[in-house]
Amino acid sequence: MQTMTSQQALIAALHRAMAADERVIFLGEGVATKNPGLLAAFGAERVRNTPLAEASIVGCAVGAAAMGLRPVVDLLFSPFLMLAMDALVNSAGKLGALSGGQFDFPLVVLAQTGAGWSIGGQHNHNLEALFAHVPGLQVLMPSTPADTAGLLTGALGQPRPSLLFSDIGLAHAPGDVAGDELLLPGRAAVRRRGDALTLVGYGKTVSHCLTAAQTLQAEGVEAEVIDLRSLKPLDTAIVLASVRSTGRLLCVTEASGLCGLAAELCAVVGEQAWAHLKAPPQRLTGPDAPALASWPLEQAAVPQPEQIASRARALLQPLLV
Amino acid sequence: MTSIDPTLARLDAMLLIRAYEQQLIAAASPSTPGTCTSVGQEACAVGVVGALGPQDKLLTNHRSAGHLLARGADPERLFAEVLGRATGYCGGHSGSLHISAKSLGVVLTSTIVGGGLSLAPGVALAQKLGAQPKGITAVFFGDGAACQGIFHEAVNLAATWGLPLLFVCENNQWQAYVHRRETMPGEFVSDWVQGHGLAVEVVDGNDVEAVHAAATQAVAAIRDDGRPRLLELMTYRQRGHFEPDDQAYVCAAEHAHWLARDPIRRQAERLGLSADGLALREAEVRGLIEHAYAAALTAPWPQVA
Repeated sequence: MQTMTSQQALIAALHRAMAADERVIFLGEGVATKNPGLLAAFGAERVRNTPLAEASIVGCAVGAAAMGLRPVVDLLFSPFLMLAMDALVNSAGKLGALSGGQFDFPLVVLAQTGAGWSIGGQHNHNLEALFAHVPGLQVLMPSTPADTAGLLTGALGQPRPSLLFSDIGLAHAPGDVAGDELLLPGRAAVRRRGDALTLVGYGKTVSHCLTAAQTLQAEGVEAEVIDLRSLKPLDTAIVLASVRSTGRLLCVTEASGLCGLAAELCAVVGEQAWAHLKAPPQRLTGPDAPALASWPLEQAAVPQPEQIASRARALLQPLLV
Repeated sequence: MTSIDPTLARLDAMLLIRAYEQQLIAAASPSTPGTCTSVGQEACAVGVVGALGPQDKLLTNHRSAGHLLARGADPERLFAEVLGRATGYCGGHSGSLHISAKSLGVVLTSTIVGGGLSLAPGVALAQKLGAQPKGITAVFFGDGAACQGIFHEAVNLAATWGLPLLFVCENNQWQAYVHRRETMPGEFVSDWVQGHGLAVEVVDGNDVEAVHAAATQAVAAIRDDGRPRLLELMTYRQRGHFEPDDQAYVCAAEHAHWLARDPIRRQAERLGLSADGLALREAEVRGLIEHAYAAALTAPWPQVA
């Protein structure tokens, strides 16, 4: 077991994947420059710096994936994905189905997002739900170094394209990594057991929920905390099982609320666990506004542990009919 | 339809494409799916595709019938795809606009203008890195797609990485419902890419022998040095953007000018075919096409999952 950051765990997992499978290649702006270890081990044919031209980087990766390679593309920051939407949405997302299943798209696109670096709204934009709405794409956002390694490995074995988001706010958070992680898309994790209510998050809001759960524990309230890890496919079973037990749901996302993952889970719980609910399912989300750079402004847009605890307490109050 | 003389074979290949698309035009009605035809551009498809080898890949676009038929696609299966039937190349999942036939090396058809240009460098990269048998990739696009930013990104990437990629621009003068002169500062797309160091050739796209000769030379050069090339084929979309289309927006004089340069008529003249001789060949291929269409109409619908 080693201690490393998510970025280190990602590169270590990629190194293993490239050593095990010569079809795996790594493309992106500066990937060869910034990863001399990968470049030395696998050469410039497989570790490729690219022009600053996202549409063609991802388009190239999509074409290569359909022809038998397994590209991993580093697009750096999630707003840059907007320049590659045709390749991601119209090609990778659709051409498998539209061709009657003639093509698979085993590629992984990496992007960072989220508050934590005061980098502003054109580098920090939690767009996960937008991609969850696209048929054919898998959307992943781990909260630990081990899950980052596991999801990269798991996604690379899939016939479908995956977007793997890393939370900038967790970039320097160390964690234990065994080095053989394999995590298939579609599996959430229960991070803390509790019986009073269910807190659901992904990325940095998982640790914020865990901090809030500590506060609540001191008040005699045991909150269950679920880390989604995979937003599409979405592990609704683990959320439903928890809510059927606790009767209360609070979904916490840094992304804005309208049509988001929190809204989706509230709908699923409303449809499938209605009889178990003791209170209306709740959302606590970021605002419908671009991320601002200044540290206090950036942090103010992220649901914080004290806000989560406060909403949890309100959720535990008897309903006023 | 057994033709030994390649010049005659190219005439027959163009006649097949013409007859196939005329069948779809004749069948166009509010209750049948419309199509984007390539009538008038048959020499581009036949000339270039005939210069490719069996291991080469090609990417077409929404105006794909010529490329597919020139590559040996079965007209009945193409009709079936257009009609949404289970026996089509994509099981009816595509319809007319994004037909791929992987078994023929026709891959990743996107109907998004410029979509193929985005994907083609990756196909060529897979060939270069050995994930596909050694070969080249040809990507067909129009002057409309050349006005997309992705065209310049794709050319830059192919030139910088030395990809075995043949860019084939069918400059057919029309970008959907807008004439090229309203959207481009000059006559030629090829002028734009010479700064990338790409070897280019501008060819009369309505002369199938000229297209074939230029394509053969370009393909050989790509096989030799692994570097991309661009062919710009000057041609004309004789029909509207999408069937049916009254073409009320088309300049009659320009249309007549290009009809007089019809690639099939020119190839027949080159061969010294009499009007009766050409009519005989047209009738023969029309019978084959009508039979294929009738068969496709009886094919089963895909199952609803």
